[in-house]
Amino acid sequence: MLTFLLAQLAILAQTAAGEMETGLKAIGAGLGYGLAAVGPGVGIGIVVGNAISAMARQPEAAGVARTTMFLGIAFTEALALIGFVVFILLLP
Amino acid sequence: MLALEFPPISHLFEWPEFLFEGTPIAVNKTVVIYLAAFVLTLIVFGVGGSKKKLVPSGLQTIAEVGIDFVENSIIEPTLGIAHGKKFLPFLTAMFFFVFFTNIFEVIPFIQFPANSRMALPIFLAIVVWLVYNYQGFKNQGIAYMKNAIIPPGVPVAILPLVALIELLQVLIIRPASLAIRLWANMVAGHLLLVTFSVLSAALWDSTKVGAVLPFAVLILMTGFEILVSFLQAFIFTILTAVYINMASHAEH
Repeated sequence: MLTFLLAQLAILAQTAAGEMETGLKAIGAGLGYGLAAVGPGVGIGIVVGNAISAMARQPEAAGVARTTMFLGIAFTEALALIGFVVFILLLP
Repeated sequence: MLALEFPPISHLFEWPEFLFEGTPIAVNKTVVIYLAAFVLTLIVFGVGGSKKKLVPSGLQTIAEVGIDFVENSIIEPTLGIAHGKKFLPFLTAMFFFVFFTNIFEVIPFIQFPANSRMALPIFLAIVVWLVYNYQGFKNQGIAYMKNAIIPPGVPVAILPLVALIELLQVLIIRPASLAIRLWANMVAGHLLLVTFSVLSAALWDSTKVGAVLPFAVLILMTGFEILVSFLQAFIFTILTAVYINMASHAEH
């Protein structure tokens, strides 16, 4: 992975300086969005998993659990979406 | 390789003006969708609610199901029926307006979610900000500022830090995250649909058979985006209700 990146960078270094900047921006945008999606992905998994076990234990409380689950998802998801916004802003 | 010509992102979200060009009231596709969503909301509740019949039919069914949904799924778990009843018109109108502006994402030949332009989400977020701060001052008086920024049971040593974070939260982070959540979800959905449409078209031009898989994914994603349009309207409205509830009485 690292050697691949370095090889890519070496190829980029031979091209014109402007193209290099564009390429690095694209790499940064892609990596940034990918990293921003890791944490919220795990977080949403935990939220939904716990909500499902709550619904399975107490089916009569499923409505409240579902509403709270969507709230939790919305708050967790915001971080991933901010990563997505940065991705769009960084795109060349 | 595949002759895949993906348009620049700005081309997907910027539409030419075709009426009153160059003036502040210029009309383009986004504005037409705003007006259409406004008129649709007005029709559902204006016409649907005008002739109240005991056995509902047509538009009255949609209006009643919508009001019932907002009352039982949004107001009841957050504000409580007794306190939240007076917010029912506001929240129902908010839900339906956001839903109608979102659902144009999948309607054939229009296929543009109007909320993927920041103008409408930021305006709705400002409206929500005004409403919950007004409710806070109305219900708690001047103590609202104190209750909002100083949570009970915080050690004195970290109080300045917590107070600063809470102040930022109430004033900036809540409306900003509300607007960004709606906007970014719609942008992401639109980009997803455009990506698979372009891929299907390019593969159809070159190989025919290769277009089957991306086209199937495109249909699945269209179904998924209907769900997302509904879910984002629901989340926007329920967060509005939660913020109003947080502002209405002090935490214990």
